[in-house]
Amino acid sequence: MSRKLELIVAAIFLIFAAQFLYMSSTTDAEYGGADGEAEEVIMEVTEGKYEPVAEPFWEPPSGEIECLLFGLQAAFGSGIIFYFLGYYRGKNQAT
Amino acid sequence: MHIMEGFLPTPWLLLWFAISIPVLAYGIYKLDRLVSKKREILPLLAVAGAFVFVLSSLKLPSVNGSCSHPTGTGMAAIIFGPAISAVLGTIVLLFQALFLAHGGLTTLGANVFSMGIAGPVVAYLIYKAGMKAKLNFFLVVFLAATLGDWTTYVVTSLELALAFSGSTAEFLILFEKFATVFAVTQVPIAIMEGAVTALLFKYVINVKSDILVELKVVEAAVVNKIKGVSL
Repeated sequence: MSRKLELIVAAIFLIFAAQFLYMSSTTDAEYGGADGEAEEVIMEVTEGKYEPVAEPFWEPPSGEIECLLFGLQAAFGSGIIFYFLGYYRGKNQAT
Repeated sequence: MHIMEGFLPTPWLLLWFAISIPVLAYGIYKLDRLVSKKREILPLLAVAGAFVFVLSSLKLPSVNGSCSHPTGTGMAAIIFGPAISAVLGTIVLLFQALFLAHGGLTTLGANVFSMGIAGPVVAYLIYKAGMKAKLNFFLVVFLAATLGDWTTYVVTSLELALAFSGSTAEFLILFEKFATVFAVTQVPIAIMEGAVTALLFKYVINVKSDILVELKVVEAAVVNKIKGVSL
């Protein structure tokens, strides 16, 4: 099986990582969320008068807990993906 | 990144619900019919849904010093079409709105429209056009997933600009501002998403191409070409 596509994806990933390393060491960028920045734009154009029409009814109590939940989301998803890829692979080899 | 809870004023948040709900209803109807006719697609459906779960949980750093996450809806759009992608996207958006304070319930309609409908429609159309033009399969998947992801964030910018502008001139200025935040940040992230989606398609074709042929996603000739079997 050719590994050409894997090499291309790895190259794209390396460029992405190199770009991040370079940018994060040469600038003092905060790497905050784009949604938070959009909130700033909204506050700027409404001159701080905009009042959100609702609040999230539950928020993760800390950044760590939020990371945990996002991490679980990713782990759960990749578990499903690779279970089925492995299942089909095994099935193909058995026949 | 989705529109945050509470950050769409009332007429607009209702408009996006009014647009998204019928598509979602159609998606549920289509999904129900597909699953009852072809139960063997369930694992593939789970994989496509899980892919949205994984990708939309990864907040990646971008060139302009802020973070955003991919959507992962390209795969579902290519295999199952935009309506079913809307259902999968809604499940993920609901999960994030309820447990992660990411996105929101009042902005759910707008976020479903951008991530579950607009992005997948663009991905689906690009995929169909690319396959018709007989381009390389993986290149077409890459383009479809990349541009679908990017469309999601262009549409998010549009939704916000529409909601917060009073006139056309103001709309253009605001759209530029929001697009600088969302669409520019998204460019490298969308490219990553396209690459990873193409890779996952390679593995799915390798182990389970018959379902893709049966769902008329790819023609048997294309699969044989990818697998290097000469007929």
